[in-house]
Amino acid sequence: MTGTSLKAYALTRLALVVPMVWILLTLVFLLMRVAPGNPISAALGGHAAPSVIEAITHRLGYDKPMYVQYGDYLWGVLHGDLGHTITDRRAVSSIIVQNGGATLELTVFASLIALGVGLLVGLLAGRYRDTWLDVGGRLFGIVAYATPVFFLGFLAQLVFGIWLGWLPTSGQDSPLTDAFLRIHTHILIIDAIWDGDPGALGDILKHLILPATTLGIVYAGIFIRLVRVNVIRSLKDDYVEAARARGIRERSVVYHYAFRNALVPVVTVVGLQLALLLGGAILTEETFNWPGIGSTLVTYLADRDYAGVQGIVIVFALVVVIASLVIDFVNAFVDPRIRY
Amino acid sequence: MAVAARVPPRARRRGGPWLRRLWSPVGATQGLARVMLVAGFVTTLFFLVIAIFARWIAPYGYTQYEVHGVRFAELTHPSGAHLFGTTVESDDVLSRVIWGAQTELKVVVLSLVLALAVGVPLGLLSGYFGSVLDRGLVLVMDALFAFPPLLLAIVIAFLLGSTVGSGIFTAAFAITVTYVPQYFRVVRNHVISVREEPYVDAARALGARPLTVIRKYVFFNVVQNVPVIATLNAADAILTLAGLGFLGYGIQPTQGAEWGYDVQRGLSDATNGIWWTGVFPGVAIVVLVTGITLLGEGLNETINPVLRRRRFGRILFDPLGSAEALVEEQSL
Amino acid sequence: MSVLDVRRLRVFYGTPGRPVRAVDDVSLQIGEGEVLGLVGESGSGKSTLGRGILGLLPEGARADGEVLYGGRNLVGLSQKELRRLRGPDLGLVFQEPMTRLNPLLRISDHFRETLKQHEPRLSDDERRRRSLETLGRMGIPPTRFRQYPHEFSGGMRQRIMIALALVLRPKLLVADEPTTSLDVIVEGQILALLADLKRNFDTALLLITHNLGIVAEACDRMAVMYAGKIVEEGPVRDVFADAAHPYTRELLRSTISLETTELHSIPGAPPDLIDPPPGCRFHPRCPHAMRVCAERLPEEQRLEGGRRVQCWLHGPARGIPAGGELPLQRQTIGVADEA
Repeated sequence: MTGTSLKAYALTRLALVVPMVWILLTLVFLLMRVAPGNPISAALGGHAAPSVIEAITHRLGYDKPMYVQYGDYLWGVLHGDLGHTITDRRAVSSIIVQNGGATLELTVFASLIALGVGLLVGLLAGRYRDTWLDVGGRLFGIVAYATPVFFLGFLAQLVFGIWLGWLPTSGQDSPLTDAFLRIHTHILIIDAIWDGDPGALGDILKHLILPATTLGIVYAGIFIRLVRVNVIRSLKDDYVEAARARGIRERSVVYHYAFRNALVPVVTVVGLQLALLLGGAILTEETFNWPGIGSTLVTYLADRDYAGVQGIVIVFALVVVIASLVIDFVNAFVDPRIRY
Repeated sequence: MAVAARVPPRARRRGGPWLRRLWSPVGATQGLARVMLVAGFVTTLFFLVIAIFARWIAPYGYTQYEVHGVRFAELTHPSGAHLFGTTVESDDVLSRVIWGAQTELKVVVLSLVLALAVGVPLGLLSGYFGSVLDRGLVLVMDALFAFPPLLLAIVIAFLLGSTVGSGIFTAAFAITVTYVPQYFRVVRNHVISVREEPYVDAARALGARPLTVIRKYVFFNVVQNVPVIATLNAADAILTLAGLGFLGYGIQPTQGAEWGYDVQRGLSDATNGIWWTGVFPGVAIVVLVTGITLLGEGLNETINPVLRRRRFGRILFDPLGSAEALVEEQSL
Repeated sequence: MSVLDVRRLRVFYGTPGRPVRAVDDVSLQIGEGEVLGLVGESGSGKSTLGRGILGLLPEGARADGEVLYGGRNLVGLSQKELRRLRGPDLGLVFQEPMTRLNPLLRISDHFRETLKQHEPRLSDDERRRRSLETLGRMGIPPTRFRQYPHEFSGGMRQRIMIALALVLRPKLLVADEPTTSLDVIVEGQILALLADLKRNFDTALLLITHNLGIVAEACDRMAVMYAGKIVEEGPVRDVFADAAHPYTRELLRSTISLETTELHSIPGAPPDLIDPPPGCRFHPRCPHAMRVCAERLPEEQRLEGGRRVQCWLHGPARGIPAGGELPLQRQTIGVADEA
């Protein structure tokens, strides 16, 4: 019974995603064509002769009519071809593979930290409302989120990198590790474990601590506030009162009723916050010279490489959409009411 | 999100009773909510004053590197003439922080106004009239919503920068695009639920024209939500602007001081142990955003009935027979 | 042998100003296996009384007096001790069943949790057997044991709630308007279940309602509440046949049946519980009010047949001063007061 309705929900949900994705792709396409001139002259203008630019424009198809370009573009995306950058002619898909691992590492660990800290502090703050625990927790959450991630990174580098000298402040690993590490998945942690190299693993983790914690703490701020409000709301719910009327221990009531029910909307919010998290990742990568997709994007922006920018932006948007989908499924799994 | 108590609005009179009714929950705040409200308000006001009167408060201009033809020393520690020190280009950090407040104010206010001007009417119309218009707008707004906001802002700022040129307007517009979907969505959802309320139905049954219905009934109810969202958005907008500045988009150094931009410059100074060029602008961001957030949270606690706490008098039972119970006016 | 003995209970709600005197000096007794109906209008304090017995009062409320159960006074017990009594000794069924079950837990989980809490030594099988048995008595088939609350209708959810309360075999069950939010047919079914409690579970029932029809159908005795006080109490048949208190009489006259030709209502409105009228609370609306009624609180009188009443019409004569028995002079209740 549960299985089939979950399946039906999944199909419905997937069907809804398609128009959304199409609109996203179209939006990105339009945005990139807003600038006057063509992408080639923007990227290479001043570095190459006009005739060269014209030749490249023609070869890469930027002089075709707009609707043709649009068609080619959509066709390409459907086949996994996100185009090639103009300045260094890499396939965007290979950029994603090579640099995506770094961003993945960063965001996963940051999310874990954000969720861990956020849930814990939020639960405590909600449960012990109006005590110092609550006040402190909320204040921490507010200040944490108010701190721009790059500033926290700056402070982290200053304190832990320069003044205390405990941790490295840039890059994903030290040059020595980098030279000897064999790349399998481009996710360095996995690669280091694969090779069975504890030294490399340690080095990589040391480099990961500051960026991940910085990003994580800032976003924990959001979770704290959200979890707290939901816990408070849940504790007022009718079924909580009914459970108390049956003499269920307060601790059981709080943990199994209020907390669990408060988490349901939190799961949704994790999906929504992913979008914010990715934005923060871009800033974090810039601050710590982290070689992920974010800093790559910034480079292409600086170089005015529209094709590169377009490709990466599509990836970001698609990641958010897919993540929302996954979150929705998890939600439906957890809460039996949400299955159309 | 805050949900105001839904009351069929009485005829609106300018100021007087209308304003008082809006203000009454604020007067009833107590404890933490009030502290947050006050602290947030004072902080925000402080920065507002600095921002508006920057020209008279700041000791120097934001790109001023000399006075009377004498160049400031580079990278001096905070002291004497330069309370926050100087940058590598001999700019006074204190002045840049003060001028930065003005930049933030300009951009945030502009973007908020634009976002409200676009998002609220669209939300009202879309929610009230429904059908194809609604469906289409929702799809577009949801798509925009799916973008990481900073990413969207960066892209817009980048595009506008290459075409129209950077500046206050570019940065504001980039931020506006990021927030319109949010206002749209909140307003639309609220309109849809209010639309089904009995008193709106009654008005329609009496033959009121759609615009009248919207204006008299829907608008007021919906607008009550906006202050809380607007304050929290202002906080986000500042962070987004700082992010843009950090990456080098939005405001150019010649157009104004921007805190995010300064922190980015401070990054390279940090490796040499020079902290004041980055710390002061960064702290300014933290304090201002915290202040605005406190204001917003304080408002939220006040208006949102789920979170509101009421005061209770203490009850003392008199011995039976006198049929009176004493009470002391004390919060429980 | 009474299961519950309430003596001079007062429950007040805190406000920014003076407290609300929701239950103001109430005494009653419930015998083993007995069904006592507690009747009153909205705002009479009957819900508060029900919850006050279990100690389930909201923030800012305070209780005073005695609620004697098993030789102990429940008023003043710590929440921890009350918790031990709630469930196996005292049960409560709420008014709106739609929101009283945890939407994330199956029905089986609800039962398992309750039984585990209060009878931890039961085996899994025992637990299951008892849950299914109790549910079965309520008309819920075992095939639905593992379903979620949202898969049940309102009436069924209420039956589940009752089963949840009864699976622990409490001595007293307080049902606070259990059928108010349900349609009449379902109401009939639930009432039949409740009326059988004595036979099937040997549980006493305090049935709180504003519906006299329910009281007539299901209760042995009834207590009538007005403005925080019990104005009359006695066996249902006797009270219906010949009500002692004017309020009860007015209530009975206001009920609608197939023979009703015109509507009768009690003029005026229930009083403000923060500042109730002096003397007898009902005197502003009573057709038989005397002068003493506006000055002194009537003393409780015991009538024959195990009945009680609080009304100067039943004396005691020595409590009424000279001239107090004259009819009360008052202005006719204006239209404004009807609001």
